[in-house]
Amino acid sequence: MKETKGRIIFQCINYTILIICMIVALYPVLYVLAASLSSYEFLAQGRVGIIPMGLNLEAYKRVLTYPMIGRSYINTLFYTVAGTSISLLLSILGAYPLSRRYFPGKDFLTKVVVIAMLFSAGMIPTFLVVRGLGLYNTVWSILLPTAISSFNLVILKNFFEQIPYELEESASLDGCNHLQTLFIIILPLAVPGLVTIGLFYAVYQWNSYFPAMIYLRDRELVPIQIILRDIVIQNQTNDLSIDLVKGSDQVSESIRYATIMVATIPIMLVYPFVQKYFIKGIMVGSVKG
Amino acid sequence: MRITPAAIVAKVKSKKSSNNNLSNNNLSNRSSRLKMLKASYPLLLMFLPVFVYYVVFRYIPLIGALIISVKKYQPALGIIGSKWVGLEYFTQFIDSVFFWRLLRNTLAINFFQLILGFTAPIILALLLNEIGSSKFKRLVQSVTYLPNFISSVVVVGIVVVFLSPTTGVVNSIISKLGMEKVNFLTEPSYFWLIYTLMVIWQTTGYSAIIYLASLTGINPELYEASKIDGAGRWSQLWHITLPGISSTIVILLLMRLGSLLEVGYESIILLYNPSIYSTADVISTYVYRRGILNGDYSFASAVGFFQSVIGLVLVITANKLAKKYTETSLW
Repeated sequence: MKETKGRIIFQCINYTILIICMIVALYPVLYVLAASLSSYEFLAQGRVGIIPMGLNLEAYKRVLTYPMIGRSYINTLFYTVAGTSISLLLSILGAYPLSRRYFPGKDFLTKVVVIAMLFSAGMIPTFLVVRGLGLYNTVWSILLPTAISSFNLVILKNFFEQIPYELEESASLDGCNHLQTLFIIILPLAVPGLVTIGLFYAVYQWNSYFPAMIYLRDRELVPIQIILRDIVIQNQTNDLSIDLVKGSDQVSESIRYATIMVATIPIMLVYPFVQKYFIKGIMVGSVKG
Repeated sequence: MRITPAAIVAKVKSKKSSNNNLSNNNLSNRSSRLKMLKASYPLLLMFLPVFVYYVVFRYIPLIGALIISVKKYQPALGIIGSKWVGLEYFTQFIDSVFFWRLLRNTLAINFFQLILGFTAPIILALLLNEIGSSKFKRLVQSVTYLPNFISSVVVVGIVVVFLSPTTGVVNSIISKLGMEKVNFLTEPSYFWLIYTLMVIWQTTGYSAIIYLASLTGINPELYEASKIDGAGRWSQLWHITLPGISSTIVILLLMRLGSLLEVGYESIILLYNPSIYSTADVISTYVYRRGILNGDYSFASAVGFFQSVIGLVLVITANKLAKKYTETSLW
């Protein structure tokens, strides 16, 4: 195909802009990584770019041996695994009936799900309900109130709907009931969908701090994001005895960087392998129809 | 959790086709209808926990907000025992010195997000759509999508360390250029800009994928036909590409309106401090301080309820307008 001169110029500019977009997206993360590994002198002189200067692992040593970080890391792992399991289970239970062709109350129940997606109830009443149920300052306050994302439920419903109807029809002729159909026929075929929304839920739990901030008082229960907030974002630190960042300015600076990396590295490591699922998930949500 | 609208797009688009399916499938006689109803009992049972979840954690708070905000709620007395005060808290809020400041900040932040934050992903998607090589395209997609997976604590943390007046990158560049260092996060005039750029960094790659998905749905024959008619790239953009994704644009816009006034309070709470409340304090952050920190549950609920009502009015109005002028709507 013959390209015009204007077209070639356009594509050059286009590629340049897109490369700049990538740099802008990556630079802050690479900088933090480099800074966390650099020695204090270079950091203080502002000579760190995206390549670590004067390799120094001291900050990581101190972060990883700080007991509160270990504790909160285990909490985050627990919330992520338990939260994702509960969320996936509930989403399957919600999405499967809504994806069936004949299900009484389907329209009404779909509305129940979608309206909740459009209008959130507000922070205070939700807080009062959680407290009223006695969930305040328990792990359930992290796992239950955000257990279902209507968005993920609808994505999963779309995945279920794409499975050919004939398959279940023959399953039901063979005497399968709904539960058997779901587990034997539907779920194995919907694995990509389950992986997608499972990852959405897992990333949400890993990253979330707000519920923990309002529902948890006990320092033994808080996830890593709360500790991270106390260490990195000073203006919120209210004497929560983060002695880790007390002391010299330079050391505390690289400890901030190292803490950010410790909390983010799992996402970074997993991301390259799972990002195609994320992209696919959005595609399924929007292309269909 | 952040509201993500792709699913709604699908729902609206597939509404027509599913209606057709239903009429084709109309069950012919009553007995088979009854049989089906009986057969769907397990489905209803299956849905029950989900229904309970929605009632307890979504709808009771929604109704509770209304009741609490017209009463002087005291936890010891319970909701029923608390004194009825009517609209007192609403008028108290509207008359308070904070009202106009909160409203202005909320609207200003939204304005910048609509102008910059809403157009950036559309432009990114259009640029990506021009790329033939799918490998490069996928690379750009994955890289720009990455910030969306970084927690708001980390994103705000990065902003804080970058803008630090002593060791931050931005200030070291400023001082190298011979200018005076700025303490960005205590200077009210910078907040809107900082926040807007932060949100753009976080969400552009993600939203662009939604638009890209909708761009791939445009029938390639339209482009072929317009080429034969002698249409240039620009006229293709105006007459085929943009109209092709206009329904996605409208729906994403409508979806945003419902939570418009909420803005991203989770990151604002992390980013702001009392010295910049004059520009950074929005309705939701105020609700958080009054409700969660001070325990003024009724007052904070009233403020939150006020916010939801405006959101509701905005969505309904915009949906009507969209229906009238673009034939795309949420319902």
